[in-house]
Amino acid sequence: MPVVLEHLGKRFGDGAPVLDDVNANIKQGEFVALLGASGCGKSTLLNIIAGLEAPTSGALEVPSDGAAFMFQDAALFPWLTARENIELALKLRGVGKAERRTKAQELLELVHLGSAGDKRPHELSGGMRQRVSLARSLAQDRQLLLMDEPFAALDAITRDLLHDELERIWKETGRTIVFVTHNVREAVRLGQRVLLLSSRPGRVVQEWAVTEEHRTDAGLAGQLTGVITARLREEIRRHAK
Amino acid sequence: MPSNPTPLAEVTETREHVHAALTRTSTGHEDLRELESGLDSLQSDSDRKHRIDWTRILLPIAALVVLVLIWQFYVSLGLKRRDQVPGPLDVMNQMAVLWTEGKVQESVWTSLQRGIVGFVISVAIATPVGLLLAQVAPLRRAFGPLISGLQVLPSVAWVPAAIIWFGLTDATVYFVVFMGAIPSIINGLISGVDQIPPQYRRVGTVLGASRLQMALQVILPAALPGYLGGLKQGWAFSWRSLMAAEIIAVGGTIGFGLGSLLDQGRDLSDMAMVMAAILLILAVGILIELLVFGPIEKRLLRRRGLLAGSTR
Ligand SMILES: Nc1ncnc2c1ncn2[C@@H]1O[C@H](COP(=O)(O)OP(=O)(O)O)[C@@H](O)[C@H]1O
Ligand SMILES: [Mg+2]
Repeated sequence: MPVVLEHLGKRFGDGAPVLDDVNANIKQGEFVALLGASGCGKSTLLNIIAGLEAPTSGALEVPSDGAAFMFQDAALFPWLTARENIELALKLRGVGKAERRTKAQELLELVHLGSAGDKRPHELSGGMRQRVSLARSLAQDRQLLLMDEPFAALDAITRDLLHDELERIWKETGRTIVFVTHNVREAVRLGQRVLLLSSRPGRVVQEWAVTEEHRTDAGLAGQLTGVITARLREEIRRHAK
Repeated sequence: MPSNPTPLAEVTETREHVHAALTRTSTGHEDLRELESGLDSLQSDSDRKHRIDWTRILLPIAALVVLVLIWQFYVSLGLKRRDQVPGPLDVMNQMAVLWTEGKVQESVWTSLQRGIVGFVISVAIATPVGLLLAQVAPLRRAFGPLISGLQVLPSVAWVPAAIIWFGLTDATVYFVVFMGAIPSIINGLISGVDQIPPQYRRVGTVLGASRLQMALQVILPAALPGYLGGLKQGWAFSWRSLMAAEIIAVGGTIGFGLGSLLDQGRDLSDMAMVMAAILLILAVGILIELLVFGPIEKRLLRRRGLLAGSTR
């Protein structure tokens, strides 16, 4: 099990707990979508898994070499070209100079940006930036890839396309992916398993399996989306005064 | 496994709601690539050519001509004695005389050389100190106010002390230059670091950067615009301090710089010479900005896509 979360809790200062008793197991090579309303603590949970923040209670087990992370905004360094951004990730991992060059080109081609390597982030569209960002997180070469609403700011067509891309790359590389989103359709489209996180405190309240039939049958996928949306709404309504 | 309820695919209602995005969008790999490259070319900038912008050269020259004409007009009104307010031509003549005597070349060269050497050493000292202060909170708390204070203190104030310590030597001049430039470079670097989006550090951490790698590969380049601002200001402070030191500390083993030329003009009550020296000091300042800092700054901002819409 690459990721095991046991009774995980987190509070900032002495405010109300953001996460409380979060339990989950994520298997090797699995694609898990972590779904929840905005502000329910999805980013916090992901940051804890990434080791960027410490939990206040509970225990967690993560791969000893850490995790690759992809942020909502591409978070590329504007002073580097697309290629150099990827090379930096390789360099910080200790990859030699000559190998960096070829590896970076391979990764650029994997995200279909083989000829845009010398562009700077501001010269790329949002979708292209996210693909560079994806390539950079793959350059980290970690088994576990954490993604925090990486496509939330993109237009619908670009997002659909990146869903296809991400699915292809997941299959090609065999990564374990935890994908955070507040978008039910996105969760159903991508995840093999959808975990629903409640709000205040955040806790895994329900989970659904998404099968291969859902991938090809839009009607079936639509039904599941409806069910999950209803459950999510119920969770949000609980907080109405 | 988790202790949560796991009703797998708990489907109750059936709807004829078809979302394309819920299933795979494209029919195959080729299709995907085509769509993607279409979007890419639609959404990314095509390269724009950079042409020479003549207004950039002509407008400043026009402004200069207008100012000289106003100056000439004022002089020709004859409100003041000519030896107190010389005209542009008098200053030009004086400049020519100084040039044939070799004084222009000597003083510009001496001052410029000192200014540059002093500035480069200041950068070499201020950069690591600034990074250290920006990265280590207790150090910053302890020394930050002092550095800010030093930046406000006019560095001329150090001239008397420097003369007592070092006598009339070049060491005096350099000391004053350091006291002018170093604090402002440090402050520029610190404020550059303060303005780094916190995201960059998190990316650095996630990518596994060590403390040193973080400082050199992430913090320093991210802080570059602020740092460059600090460098510009540091240069301005070096140049000003240098002039002040040269005017006050004359003689001994101190070489003949622009400040010395200015002081000589005052001694001789030669207003044309004083004006010539002031114009030379100004010209050096303008040239350094136009030839060094201006291009570096523009290049830096353009590469980061920060130039759009500015009046630069
Ligand atoms: N560093 C922090 N300090 C205090 N509160 C925080 C901090 N980070 C997040 N929070 C709070 O935790 C809650 C969950 O935030 P977040 O994990 O970003 O939610 P999500 O990613 O699901 O939108 C929010 O109410 C937010 O205000
Ligand atoms: Mg978030």
